[in-house]
Amino acid sequence: MADLSTLQELRRSPLHDMATEIRDGGVTGDRAVQLVEQPFVTMVSVRIDPDSTGSRGIDEALGAPLPRRVGETSQAGGHTALWLGPDEWLVVSESDAESLVEQLRTAAGDTPAQVVDLSANRTVIELTGPGARGVLEKGCPADLHPRSFPDGTAIMTSLARVPVLLWKVDADHFRVLPRASLAQYVAAWLLDAVREFAPASPSAQAGA
Amino acid sequence: MLQIECPWCGLRDETEYKYGGQAHVAYPEDPSALSDEEWAEYLFFRDNPKGPFAERWVHTGGCRKWFNAVRDTRTYEFLAVYANNEPRPDISSLTGADTAGATA
Repeated sequence: MADLSTLQELRRSPLHDMATEIRDGGVTGDRAVQLVEQPFVTMVSVRIDPDSTGSRGIDEALGAPLPRRVGETSQAGGHTALWLGPDEWLVVSESDAESLVEQLRTAAGDTPAQVVDLSANRTVIELTGPGARGVLEKGCPADLHPRSFPDGTAIMTSLARVPVLLWKVDADHFRVLPRASLAQYVAAWLLDAVREFAPASPSAQAGA
Repeated sequence: MLQIECPWCGLRDETEYKYGGQAHVAYPEDPSALSDEEWAEYLFFRDNPKGPFAERWVHTGGCRKWFNAVRDTRTYEFLAVYANNEPRPDISSLTGADTAGATA
């Protein structure tokens, strides 16, 4: 039988091959932006009727009620539930996927429900710094102004014309969750998009 | 850019949606009893009104849910958005007297 601990070491994140570019791709200054990939984050999809007894069981298991409206997230005890649709959520968690799936399936009880480990479906690109919102606004049709996109909002939208899950932690911290197969494209687009946020070099100012 | 109101996600750009054709086309109760002509009518024949038209849309770029909308085919104005198990809204009340006669 295969040694599972070795398999864990062998796995490669979707942005493994771009690690150096991503590390060196950030910019400094007034509109600084840094990029970092958070690989292998536990993500579990939950689909259930929100008015059922099973959904109340899941609320209890997560420690916070599943959010009911677009953009809302609920956080408790290392789990964050993101609203994806009126009967669909993505639970992003610090626990391991296997035990979380087991726990939520038990919590759903007899109610028809779907609880699936989707950790390999998406990767997480973190954008931090005062320029983060400006970078995203170059390629995202959603209104990211704080008046309509407060801290803790997460929506399905598009970035650079491909679908992503966009999650705002706070004003200087966004998470972009693209599908694994689109992650390199999104990262390459972001790396290009942040370049103009670098402070102008002295030689460029002299020539202007 | 046309913006469409998803019943669950609110106003989003048209590019997040896919079009699903005419709404309220019921599957025949007993398809095997239909003649070829009636079956072809069900499969291929759709209204093509100039004015308010009830049609299906899916928010593929967001919540991935289907819903119905009444859209004026002359102006592209969305007159109503409603769940796909709800009856078609009264179109004359949405458009006012001048287009009341244009219902499909």
